[in-house]
Formats: sequence, structure tokens, C-alpha cells
Amino acid sequence: MTAPMIEIAGLSVGFTGRAGATLPVLRNIDLTVRPGESLGLVGESGSGKSTLALAAMGYLKRGLRRLEGTARFRGEDMFDKSRTELERVRGGELALIPQNSGQSLTPTLRIGAQLGEALRLHSGLPAAAHRDRVIELLGQVRLPDPEAIFDRFPHELSGGQQQRAAVAMALAGQPAALLLDEPTTGLDVTTQAHILELLRDLAAERGMAMVYVSHDLGAIARVCDRVAVMYAGEVVLEGTARQVLKAPAHPYARGLLASIPRLSDPGLPVALDGRPPAPGQAGPGCAFADRCALAQDRCRAEHPPLAPRPEGGAARCFLSDRAAELPISGQGGAGAARTQGAGLLALDDVAISYATPGLFDRLLGRDATAVPTVADIALTVERGETLGLVGESGSGKSTILKTVAGLLGASAGEIRFEEAALPPVVERRPPDQLRRIQLVFQNPDDSLNPRQTVAEILEQPLKLYFGLSGAALHDRSVDILDRVRLGAHYLDRLPGQLSGGEKQRVAIARAFAAEPDLVLCDEVTSALDVSVQAAVLDLLDDLRRSQGTTYVFVSHDLAVVRALSDRVAVLYQGRLCEIGPSDQVYGLPSHPYTEVLLGAVLEPDPDAAPRLTADDVVERAPPARGCPFQRRCPRKLGTICETDAPPWREAGGGHALRCHIDLPELAALQGGDGAEGRAGSAAGP
Amino acid sequence: MSDVPIPMAPGRSRHVARWGGVLRDVMSRPSGAIGLTLVVFHVVLAIVSPWIVPYDFKAMDAALMLKGPSDLHWLGTDHLGRDVLTRTLMGGREALLVTGVATPIAVAWGGLLGIYFGLVGGRLDEVLMRVVDAFLSLPWILKMLVLIVTFGTGIEVLIPTLAFFYGIPVIRIARAATHDVVARDFVSAARARGHGRLTIIRRELLPNVLDTLMVEGAMRWSWMLLAFSSLSFLGFGVSPPTPDWGLMIADARGFMSFAPSGVLAPVVALSSLIIGINLTADALAKALGLDRAQKAPV
Repeated sequence: MTAPMIEIAGLSVGFTGRAGATLPVLRNIDLTVRPGESLGLVGESGSGKSTLALAAMGYLKRGLRRLEGTARFRGEDMFDKSRTELERVRGGELALIPQNSGQSLTPTLRIGAQLGEALRLHSGLPAAAHRDRVIELLGQVRLPDPEAIFDRFPHELSGGQQQRAAVAMALAGQPAALLLDEPTTGLDVTTQAHILELLRDLAAERGMAMVYVSHDLGAIARVCDRVAVMYAGEVVLEGTARQVLKAPAHPYARGLLASIPRLSDPGLPVALDGRPPAPGQAGPGCAFADRCALAQDRCRAEHPPLAPRPEGGAARCFLSDRAAELPISGQGGAGAARTQGAGLLALDDVAISYATPGLFDRLLGRDATAVPTVADIALTVERGETLGLVGESGSGKSTILKTVAGLLGASAGEIRFEEAALPPVVERRPPDQLRRIQLVFQNPDDSLNPRQTVAEILEQPLKLYFGLSGAALHDRSVDILDRVRLGAHYLDRLPGQLSGGEKQRVAIARAFAAEPDLVLCDEVTSALDVSVQAAVLDLLDDLRRSQGTTYVFVSHDLAVVRALSDRVAVLYQGRLCEIGPSDQVYGLPSHPYTEVLLGAVLEPDPDAAPRLTADDVVERAPPARGCPFQRRCPRKLGTICETDAPPWREAGGGHALRCHIDLPELAALQGGDGAEGRAGSAAGP
Repeated sequence: MSDVPIPMAPGRSRHVARWGGVLRDVMSRPSGAIGLTLVVFHVVLAIVSPWIVPYDFKAMDAALMLKGPSDLHWLGTDHLGRDVLTRTLMGGREALLVTGVATPIAVAWGGLLGIYFGLVGGRLDEVLMRVVDAFLSLPWILKMLVLIVTFGTGIEVLIPTLAFFYGIPVIRIARAATHDVVARDFVSAARARGHGRLTIIRRELLPNVLDTLMVEGAMRWSWMLLAFSSLSFLGFGVSPPTPDWGLMIADARGFMSFAPSGVLAPVVALSSLIIGINLTADALAKALGLDRAQKAPV
């Protein structure tokens, strides 16, 4: 065996808490990564996975310090190195690709200059050779037209292109090892899939060692040979990707897998209740014991060691032989259609435009001639059903929700609620209409006022809509908290004292306090960990069953939408592509865009490969004429797609899609292609 | 669910608890401890000085003109033979009274108007902010002198004048702080629920802008003290024989070479108060987390 590239031994890292005690963030970590190997680090937020990856390059966030152990790179402890030695190694032999590369690129320097700097510092090349080398690197990360990219500024690139440029920068120093900290989080599904393929190829071509940090088991499954699952600052399970993802021998890993909604398995995923202990809060026993279905008295009293498993790898669990009793895929109730046939919300050819005529346009008497951001949206939502809206960022899904909520005015068309026209802006709507339509936002950190207690947050709709006060107000607040499975003792807490999942429950409770008919959910789970996401989905499902609430559910995650929705509408560039019952939209025939999206979805299974048929170039504005998807469509026919708006084609059962290709032909194309794609490896861009 | 019990005081006392915590945090920092001690010292002195000073502040003695420090007059005497220590100890009373009343008024009106502009935006905001810009581009002393010359001196003119002029920059600060808050979803949520503007200002915006306003208020206070002393120095502030630092500096500066204590004493007193306020404001900003350099590690 070759010598390890990265070797972390007995590493503990901690900080000094308010009370003066040392609180550990990483506890006694042992990991090795050999050349050509890629190790995935997974876990919920706060599990210490990013801290560990950064510690591998001898870097600790401010306030943290090494308590014991070593982090060796090529046999030398990174914590013993001097500042100048670290500067030479970091970014050179050992490179980091951070989560948000758009923010890590310098906005005022052209891409060529930024990469040139990396070459100057970390390669022996003469300055004259830099330009050619940079263009070569940009080509290696599969950026189209590297010569043009060389002269661009970071803001002129799309998110995926920025991430590719960051990869190229990391490659400039000919690294022997790459550390990747959530490199695809926040990117669209198609972009993410392309970046992952690039990383796979690069690792194979160059024989680099990689440490890949992600909360996304699908991404880990695609890129990593070995996986370490982290919990409360410890490695709790380690093994090959196949061992960890297919037959994990630790209850936590099984719970994590079960909480992922999957396309192949419609219905709600199983929630993993509770939350990990805060640093220093873990008891003497197993840190996971409080959330574990198998936990026994021994688990709470004694700390389990990381014991080797007969099939390979190691697990930190006394009961790892029994872990197989726990499920690893969703089996919650499937969302059956509960429509009552009556229309609740209707959008008639709604168009929304962010462009406002500028000063010159107004002086010259011109209207804003820009193509509207969202156009031709005709949708109905029936009472009691859940309509999912999916699409990549910029598809206009959140814009449509804000328009229904009255926060944005439509520039054309009409929105009707129970056959009555909804005034475009919220200030003109009568109180009863306001009460009956409620909105839940994406990020509870942003949607809950940090200066208000949970009681004050819940009081607002109760006072405004029902005029409650005193004991009645308090009783109703407790009642509503109970409905979102939170106890009355939460009333006096501030949002800062709650976990992400608890905050989102409070936000949902606030919406339901109004006793609404229609709840608009805007990416309500995308800021949450998968385990928490499953619990929130389960709560939403429970509430609609008990209250008969209608949902419009927006998400970029196709599996999440599938888990909850009766019907799904697919949006691209603010235009509807396809709409219909979930099973039909996720089946064949699909609109070519739906097909691209579905193909890019990652399953937490090392044997599944995504089908990448379209490139990941993000468009900034819809085309003025023809099909909105014309520029990226893998099944484009020709000029007809550029000149004529495609017709709606009915597939029966309320399923319709907009394409110039007729349905039987589309189904035939996709049927053949799909089978082939699943069996074979992924096609590059 | 694993519930980590967090002891929380309900209702009103939560705010008391929070500001109590902020106060402890301020005192735990060297700048806060020194600054707050200086400020409290000056405020207490201003209140009790009439009862502890050794002489009558207006008692003149022609035989003792411009004497140096002695057993009887620790800081010497001024050009009219009045005790410098007495006058220095009492010299901050007018300044603290005027600025102590004018600062909260300035922060209140400037803050509320700024929050309102920040929330409403649009054309009115554009136009009024340009007016504010125009106002801020004029030298303050010029604007104030015009008002004082028109309406005369005295507390009843100085307080509204200072409160007016020092509220204008607060509009800017409050508007900028409000812009950060208005963009957040909880404000959209309140709008979508159908709350009125006043409720949104009171319940959603004000609590989140208050921290910034507190720090801004402390900074404005020190600026205002300086402005008040400058006015006194120019002869537009306090009228003699009332002791005032600015006035004392103005009177004694001609004799600086042979009776330096007459200038030094009020200078040290005024500087220590202003430095104290600035140090406190600095520590307050850090305690409230408005200073972005200081963040928790995890």
C-alpha cells in the first residue's frame, strides 16, 4: 500500500465556552486518505465535518484550537508548520474548493488574472507561460471558450461556471490532494450533476486524494470511494461508499438515509427525530443514544469505540449487528389525492415583470419592452390538493408565490380565489382574503423576527384576524404550538434559541394560526438538514390531513415535491413546461426540460449514474420568441423551436406539456434513451 | 424531541434581562469599563457639584487674579479671581443638561423618520434624502449660528436647535439600518398578513433598529457636547457668570502662558467626558454585535 496522503490521528479540536469550560467540536478523529482515493465526510450541520476538512490543512476557525492529535499531510503535521510553509503548501499541493465560489473569487479581478496569481505562487512556470497554462486549466474544467472566460470578471459567469473556475484555480498548483467543502451546495440540480462528473473525471485523471464534505448523500455516492459519517464531532461509521450507503452498520447512518426523499420511492420519507447534542453537551454514553430506536441502557452509560466490522470499515455502535433492523428507505404514507373537486385558486395567463421603465424610457414615452420574467401562467389549484411547482433557480416559482400572496403585482392576467378576483397588492385585499392565504418562507432565520418571542410571533395573526387577547390568546397559542409538535414552554423562547427545524415549525405554526385555506410554501425545507426536512414534510402532510388545507409547494428538489404533491407543474424561465398528476409528470412522456431535471437527480446509491443530456449553462433571460427551453433543449427540432411558441399537448388525466414534438414520438425517444442511460455511464457535456 | 431547557424570563423582564446582559458585557471590556466609569462620574458630579464645591462659583476676588495652584485654590484662580476648581467641577452642568435632553430628542425624531423613509421608499424618500444630503453638506456651525442669531441664546433655543441639527444625520443611519431589515422575510410576512405600516414599524422594524440607534445616540451625544462647548467658546452658549467649560477655555486662553491651569482644567474635564462617551459607544457596539469583526467561533 502507498503511504497515506492525509493522515489525521487522534485529533480533537475545541473552543472555550462562556463558562470557561473547553467544549470539543471534534473528538479523537482518526482518518487516512491515500493517493487516488476520495473520502466523503457526511453528517448533519454542526457535526464537525467542515471543521475536520479545514483542520486537515492546519486551519481552524477563529476561537477554535487543537486540543490533541495530529493532522499530517505527506507525513508532516500541518499544525507544526510555520506560516510561510503553510502558505506554500495551501493552494499548492493541498488545495481547497469552498462552498460558495462566487464569493471566494475576487470580484474586481478578471478570471485570467486570478488564476495567474495562483500559478505565480504555486507553480515554477515563467510568467510568459502563464496565459497558455491558464487557458489550458480552464479547458480542463470543461469551460466553453476558455479564451473568452480568461478575460471575464467573476460576476459575468454563472454559478456553475464560477465553481468550475474555482476548481481550475485549485488545480493551478498541481495539487496532490483536494479538500472540497460542500462544493455543489446551492447550485441547481443540473449544474451540480455536471460539476460532480467533472470532479470524478479529474480525480481519476490525476490520481489526486480528495476529501469531499457534503450533507448530500447523493453527491457523496457519486464522487467518493470511502465515506465517513460524522455525528457530534466523532466519526461514527466508516467504510466503502457501497458499505456505508447500501448496508450501513450504524443506526444514525440508516436514519439519515431513510430521511432522504427519493424519486424511485414516492411517499414521505421517515423523519429522524431530535437533534444532535451541542458541543460539550454529549453525555458519557453514545452521543446518538437519545435519538436511536435501538438504544439500550449500556448505550447511555458507556461510550462505544469505533470497532472494525467483519465486512470491512468500522462502526461506533454496540449494536451495529442489529442496525440492519432499521429501514434505510422511505416508507411513510403516500400522498393520495384528496381533492374535493372545487377550484380554490386560479391563475389566468398571469405575467409578472420586474423591469420598470427607466427614466429615459419614461421621458421618451416608451413602455418597458423587456420580456416579462414570468408569462402565460395558467393554473388552477383545487381545494384540498397540493400543487408542486418545480424548476431551477430563476424559473419564477417563488415569484409566482409572492404574486399570489400579494407581495408583487402581476403585470398582466388575473388571479382568482374562490371565483373572486384577488386584488394585485396585499394592501387592497380584504382582511378575510388575507387570512385565508398564508405564506411560509424558505429560511426561518429570515422569516422570524429575531427580537420576538415565539409567543409574540404567534400573537400577531391571532390578534389581527381573531382579535384574541388575554387567556384566550395564550390558550390558542399553546394549542397551535401543539399542532406543530412543540410544547408550551417554547412560548418564551426567542428564535435564536431554537434549532433550524424548530424555527421552521414556528413559522408553519404562524401560518396555520390564521386558519388558512391556502398555504403557499416557498422552499420551506431547503434550508434544513435532510433529517429535519423529513420531519417538516411529515408535519405538513399531517396538517393538511387534519385541516384540509390546500398547498402550493415550491421546491427545486424534485424528490421533495414528489413526496408531497398531488399535481406538479414544471417551470422554466418563468414559463410553464409541463403540468399534471405527479405520477404522470415523473413518468413518460416528459417535457424535454423535465427529462433533463429528472436525469440530473442524484440518488444516494453508488451504482446509480445521472443522465446528463443538456448542458448546464444558466440563462439570464427568457427568449423573446419560440420555446423558452430552446437554447438548452437536447431534443430541439430546429428553427420552429426558435420562432413558434410550442402548443400544449394533452396526455390525458390532466397531464399536459408544451412541446413541438408530439407525445408518442417523445415517449418513444425517451423510453429508449432512458433505459440506455440508466445502464450505461453518464455522458459528459 | 430532545428539549434543552433554556431558562427564560417571560414578558417585560426579558428586555430587562437582555439589556442587563449587554451592560455586563460592556463593563467586562476595558474600553467599556473605563468609558462608562468616566461618563457616570461626570453625570454624578454634575448633579452633586453645587453641594461639594469649596467656593461660590461667582465669588470674585481682585487680589487673587490668575494665581497658580495653592493650598486654598488647588487649581488656582481665573482672571476675575474665581476658583478654577469650583468652576471646573460645575462647568459640565449646562452642557450635560442641554445635550442630555437634546440627544434623546434627536435620536427619536431622526430615528423614526429614518425608519419611515426606509420602509416606504419611493419618490418621497428620494427627494427628502437629497434634502438631507444638502443639509449635511453645509458646515454645522454656520447653520446653528444662523438659528441662534435669529432666536437668541439660552437653553430654550439651544435644546431644540441641537436636537434638530443632530437628528438629521440620525435619519441617514436609521434609514440604512432599516433597509437591511426591510429586505428580510419577516417584514414581508407582516405585510402579507395585512398589518399596517405603524404596526410594522413598531413591532418588526424598531426592535431590530434599536441597537444601531443606541450606539448612534451615544456617538451623537459626544458630538453634541463638542458642538455645545464650541458655541459657548464662541459666546453663543452659556451666558456668564454661569461656569461652562467652553466659556472657561475661551476666557482663559489669553493667559495660558502664565496661568495654564485655567485652560487645562476645563480641557481635561471636557475631553475625559467625550472620550468616556466614545469608549462606551465602542464597547456597546461590540456588546450588541454590531461590530462585525467580533463573532463567535462556532
